[in-house]
Amino acid sequence: MTPNGWLQFLVFFAALLLLSRPLGIYIAHVIEGGKTFLDPVLRPIERLIYRISGIEAEEMNWREYAGAMLLFSFASLALTYLVERAQHFLPWNPQHLPGVAADLAWNTAASFTTNTNWQAYTPESTMSYFTQMVGLAYHNFLSAAVGIAVAIALVRGIIRKQSASIGNFWVDITRTTLYLLLPLCLLLAPVLIEQGVVQNLKPYTAVSTLDHGQQTLAQGPVASQEAIKMLGTNGGGFFNANSSHPFENPTPLTNFLEMLSIFLIPAALVFALGEMTGSPGHGRAVFASMAMLFIAGFLTIYWAESQPHPLLHHVDQHVSALQSGGNMEGKEVRFGISQSALFAAATTDASCGAVNSMHDSFTPLGGMVTLVNIMLGEIVFGGVGSGLYGILIYVVLSVFIAGLMVGRTPEYLGKKIESFDVKMAMLYVLIFPLIILVLTAISLLSPMGLGSLNNSGPHGLTEILYAFTSAAGNNGSAFAGLSANTHWYNYSLGFAMLIGRFLMMVPVLALAGNLAQKKSVPPSHGTFPVNTALFSLLLTGIILIVGALTFFPALSLGPVLEHLLLHAGHLF
Amino acid sequence: MTEKQSLWNPVILRQAVIGSFTKLDPRLMVKNPVMLVVEAGSLLTTALLVVDALHHRPGFRFDLQITLWLWFTVLFANFAEAIAEGRGKAQADTLRKAKGETMAYRYRPDGSFEAVSSAALRTGDVIKVEAGQFIAGDGEVVEGVASVDESAITGESAPVIREAGGDRSAVTGGTRVLSDWIKIRITSNPGETFLDRMIALVEGASRQKTPNEIALSILLSGLTIIFLLAVATLQPFAIYSHAPQTMFVLVSLLVCLIPTTIGGLLSAIGIAGMDRLVQYNVLAMSGRAVEAAGDVNTLLLDKTGTITLGNRQATEFFAAPGISTERLADAAQLASLSDETPEGRSIVVLAKEKYNLRGRDLTHMRAEFVAFTAQTRMSGVDLPGTSIRKGSADAIARYLEQQGSSMPRKVTDKVEEIARLGGTPLVVAENETALGVVYLKDIVKGGLSERLARLRAMGIRTIMITGDNPLTAAVIAREAGVDDFLAEAKPKDKMDLIKLEQSKGKLVAMTGDGTNDAPALAQADVGVAMNSGTQAAKEAGNMVDLDSNPTKLIEIVEIGKQLLMTRGALTTFSIANDVAKYFAIIPAMFAGVFPVLNALNVMHLATPHSAILSAVIFNALIIIALVPLALRGVRYEPKSAQALLRRNLLVYGVGGIIVPFLGIKLIDVVINSLHLV
Repeated sequence: MTPNGWLQFLVFFAALLLLSRPLGIYIAHVIEGGKTFLDPVLRPIERLIYRISGIEAEEMNWREYAGAMLLFSFASLALTYLVERAQHFLPWNPQHLPGVAADLAWNTAASFTTNTNWQAYTPESTMSYFTQMVGLAYHNFLSAAVGIAVAIALVRGIIRKQSASIGNFWVDITRTTLYLLLPLCLLLAPVLIEQGVVQNLKPYTAVSTLDHGQQTLAQGPVASQEAIKMLGTNGGGFFNANSSHPFENPTPLTNFLEMLSIFLIPAALVFALGEMTGSPGHGRAVFASMAMLFIAGFLTIYWAESQPHPLLHHVDQHVSALQSGGNMEGKEVRFGISQSALFAAATTDASCGAVNSMHDSFTPLGGMVTLVNIMLGEIVFGGVGSGLYGILIYVVLSVFIAGLMVGRTPEYLGKKIESFDVKMAMLYVLIFPLIILVLTAISLLSPMGLGSLNNSGPHGLTEILYAFTSAAGNNGSAFAGLSANTHWYNYSLGFAMLIGRFLMMVPVLALAGNLAQKKSVPPSHGTFPVNTALFSLLLTGIILIVGALTFFPALSLGPVLEHLLLHAGHLF
Repeated sequence: MTEKQSLWNPVILRQAVIGSFTKLDPRLMVKNPVMLVVEAGSLLTTALLVVDALHHRPGFRFDLQITLWLWFTVLFANFAEAIAEGRGKAQADTLRKAKGETMAYRYRPDGSFEAVSSAALRTGDVIKVEAGQFIAGDGEVVEGVASVDESAITGESAPVIREAGGDRSAVTGGTRVLSDWIKIRITSNPGETFLDRMIALVEGASRQKTPNEIALSILLSGLTIIFLLAVATLQPFAIYSHAPQTMFVLVSLLVCLIPTTIGGLLSAIGIAGMDRLVQYNVLAMSGRAVEAAGDVNTLLLDKTGTITLGNRQATEFFAAPGISTERLADAAQLASLSDETPEGRSIVVLAKEKYNLRGRDLTHMRAEFVAFTAQTRMSGVDLPGTSIRKGSADAIARYLEQQGSSMPRKVTDKVEEIARLGGTPLVVAENETALGVVYLKDIVKGGLSERLARLRAMGIRTIMITGDNPLTAAVIAREAGVDDFLAEAKPKDKMDLIKLEQSKGKLVAMTGDGTNDAPALAQADVGVAMNSGTQAAKEAGNMVDLDSNPTKLIEIVEIGKQLLMTRGALTTFSIANDVAKYFAIIPAMFAGVFPVLNALNVMHLATPHSAILSAVIFNALIIIALVPLALRGVRYEPKSAQALLRRNLLVYGVGGIIVPFLGIKLIDVVINSLHLV
């Protein structure tokens, strides 16, 4: 742990604070259909889209909203599946890659539709440029927009009074894409290109290496995808090596911008919440909870990775001008420990899943943090949109559990929290561990599950647990060490991703619809306060206790055990 | 009724112990999913225990103790509910004695009587009740006046007057007429009377889960499913790790993790909440109303009888120029000696207190009392040569004009000043001379402003309802410390005010007794009817105050809040407890195969078996330990929500994390010193 490492973290966090609030206010403005400075350019395009697609901006109730969302998502999923299967008939395939196998195509279609971007394949040797740009990049925008739309719908449910409707899904995804995602990508992509991220449609380049070997350098339209990969918390790399690949993430500046892009929209959405609910203090309190969990996670990884390896004796492992010290296995020397730890914390807190280091090679405790970050439900800033609605579910539960202690039936920003709301919130909280634990348990007992393992013991357990957690949490990062491109894992992980996305979105929308039709109780001296430091602590506590209590047994047989055994001299 | 039941009354205890076992019936258990899971777990381990015993498997001693403590967990939860119900039953028994079968004299259509049993009375029957007889059923007095002993219902020994017409016409079955006779039209069938409903309520027989209780049950069921899942999938994880667990250990872990503390005490909290109301002599027709009471934002209080003492009282004499105050006081007292109105009496008392003027023998003075009439709007006394009059300023001014005199300017000014202050000026004149003004004032009930301040601290807005003019109302409102007032209010205005507040999303509470209050009582979220009020009012409200004390609303609100707080506190405590239980059980489960996991055994529990057993015992005992808290309720102080939250989170949240660490460690030490495992 070096002063430089600390400084880099502080600069990162300060930049996040500085940018996310104004962006949040802008988002609130866009959502409420207000005028923006981009209107002269975008308004005609927006109208044109509505005219072509025949969208009438009518308000929808929650069932209609959910129906539209599911229809849209599953149509997109089918389309992507077909593009993958038929890529050898389609243009932009200079490497003449064959059509993708059925199970992998299904897994990938599910993965990108759900904003997971789990990649059970090596992109540069599996997907054509056309597939990447049309089939996958399309989802990078639209799956992000869907997530934001659902979050917006929930916030509308909170602020509307006795309303049957929660907005129009088509308008929400159109405006989100046009006014938020596209402009930000147009800002980021040129900077990435300037820094050396490639952007072309050329065939792969063969080069001679310094030691006279031959190497093929994959090419492609990377920069344009890289921007939305980070901004939309997608995380699906253009290349297998993801953000540790020099063509995706060449410089410290691109690394900084990419990390910032992961958190930018999720953090801004929290401020948008404060803005839209007319309680900026509440937005700040939720932000504080997220920030606490993020900082705690980062510090743990940074600390764990900076420790000398306990089994390496008589080796100098101290930080010096010539070496970084600590555990550098699976890390890029360009980024070092602090930037790898920060990237790992951010990418797992948000459901991004892009990586610039191998989580599998982290120390057991460092790796555990990345796993726990996802297990908390992708709500520490979280995925774009999904992070906000996820944490709002925890807010509802916190308000319900502790809200009683102020002597009133629980209410959240004027809305009474009643049995239907609790039922939907519990359903949301329940589905997540259900998929992870059940599918992991099946994998741990079956040959098809164990056959893919490259490591034994607790480390192997962690690898399988991480895969299902990553899928259900729609994170998409891989712990690696697991050969996931098998029938069992392709189908089961694809299933986990779909459930972890859509089965959890439906209760959120139901909650939104139910909250919207309620009366609003004006706040009084006796109302449960949701804009205080105490509330932030309470929310953090509830998230930790619910998350930790659910997964503690599994973790204790995985990374915790591995950590203890490592110090007792056992490796896996 | 009012006497408090001791927590550990032996009779109730014995019944509760029996109840703990009868409640094991799964058909009853279904209502409580958390404890149903514990019971299922206990049954499972019992079955396995029998198998173990038959095969002489090792570890029988440990398995037996685990199984026993699992059963204790269920029994303790049942006991908590049974004891809460038992306290209600004891009260119901007292009421039942009052109910008994009584004879009634029913009018036949031809006007003659027939003696029938109270059970034969139906709605619409008319009965006659004479002094010394019990009233056979709920009804309305249609003829006559009587003093009635209602102590069986209210615990209040002073008899009350019940008469036909007006707002004091309702009588309750089981009460006794002390003097005179009344004719009563029966308003409820047997089994549906007030007393029957009351018995059912305090017994908890008609108890239904309240909305918040249902929501909380859903949360607890959800948590139970999550933990069921976590424990069920732990076995595959354990098998993969070559450390499979016995069913006894898995069930122990499950029972420790699911929220048994709140699950076991939830219904007891609800029953006890109703019970506390009964101890305050308030009957809530539903638990929903008690919950709503905790949420009340606005409280409507009638001025007369609630905020002020029923009547105005003389507080000061202001003499006219050239007249001594003693002379004014003397005349005022003379004029009031025969005046039996409370205002008149207060003048006599004031004159006596301030100027030591004693009552005089009026007959000796050959005085002649002049009563108040609507025409003259004055009263007074005529003595030989002197006539004294007191009355409103206009009336006395007219009287003085008739005498060829007029009111001095100073007196008129004083009259206006008093009116401005919200008081009632009473001018006293002797013959043609105005002597001065008596200041009659509404007296705010003692201690009321403190109680209203308490309400404000809870975040509740109080609105005073009065027929007075706005000027007078404002003065009293300020003096009493209410937040707002509605002056010159007609019954309809009250209704409109409630609707207006409700349209803003607020919950409104009010009290009322008259028939014209009934619509407003029905509209209010919490409508407390006075027991002395009409049947219509009692039917319309969702609570009845047996003491007919309008300020009781404050206690009702506090009890409602306490009920919710107790639920929240124990839920938080229950969930927070799990942290320590994990640290007790997880290392114990796996340290046999992976001794390194003992690093998680932060409590340094002696052996894996003692660790698991300690956690299970703690989990069972904490239910019993918290029964008094569940029945008594968490301490409530009117503070801001933020302050309450901080305090309760500290006590029940942080405390909930720490206490089990200490408790489990302590139990582990005891277990090992007794060599139980």
